[in-house]
Amino acid sequence: MGVALVLALIIAPEDADQGISQRIFYIHVPIALTAYFCFGLGAFKALLHLWKGDERYDLESYVAIHQGTIFGALTLITGSIWARASWGVWWTWSSNQLVLFLVLFLFYCAYFMLRFSLEDGPRRARSSAVYALFGVALIPVSFLAIRLAEDFIHPTVFTRDGPQMSATMFVTFVVCWGAVTLLAYVLYRVELAGKRLDANLRELREVLQ
Amino acid sequence: MSWSQSDLVAAAYSVVFVFVLVYVAIIAAKLARLQRETAELVELARAKSRADA
Repeated sequence: MGVALVLALIIAPEDADQGISQRIFYIHVPIALTAYFCFGLGAFKALLHLWKGDERYDLESYVAIHQGTIFGALTLITGSIWARASWGVWWTWSSNQLVLFLVLFLFYCAYFMLRFSLEDGPRRARSSAVYALFGVALIPVSFLAIRLAEDFIHPTVFTRDGPQMSATMFVTFVVCWGAVTLLAYVLYRVELAGKRLDANLRELREVLQ
Repeated sequence: MSWSQSDLVAAAYSVVFVFVLVYVAIIAAKLARLQRETAELVELARAKSRADA
């Protein structure tokens, strides 16, 4: 993470068009991609839960979606700051990618409302899994929105001709993406271990009392 | 309020840093609670074993 920060804030050259504000790209895009990945992972684990009926996949799906929501909130905040720097506004409803990402984020926020409105047990796990699977349809739509709608407000850096940036900028982006993915993985494992330990302790308490 | 480009870059990176910091603090608090609960359960198990003996 330290190397990524040095590369993003000091070593990477300044963008000729956007200036210093382009440096937000190195944190905003990896966080957005990680959010998509976490939501996708949550849906995949939900599918495994419905397929195999194993309870551990329900917990894994929940933790992945929780991580996705955290990274989703960060995507919206850093994106809003970048919008202020580039377009002079904190938010614009005319960019399809922004609105679709907000829809995706709110959809997964509602996942928690559904989950915690039901009693703990197999019914809650199944309902949550089905809901998580529905949300996965929004991921490619949100990701490809800018290309589908030919919206030129939101910048497109990765085109069919490859990344539209210098080699140093691309290396910086890859290192930052790796760092954010690693951070997300560590947070995912720590949260999952905490939740499993919590459940085991609750069970142990019931046995002892 | 007028924001310079550098202010906005600093704000974006600071927000991420604060989020991670808060997250780690929450996990640390949870870990402390689990540590307390484990100690309580150890005591409970010892008391139960003494009562059984």
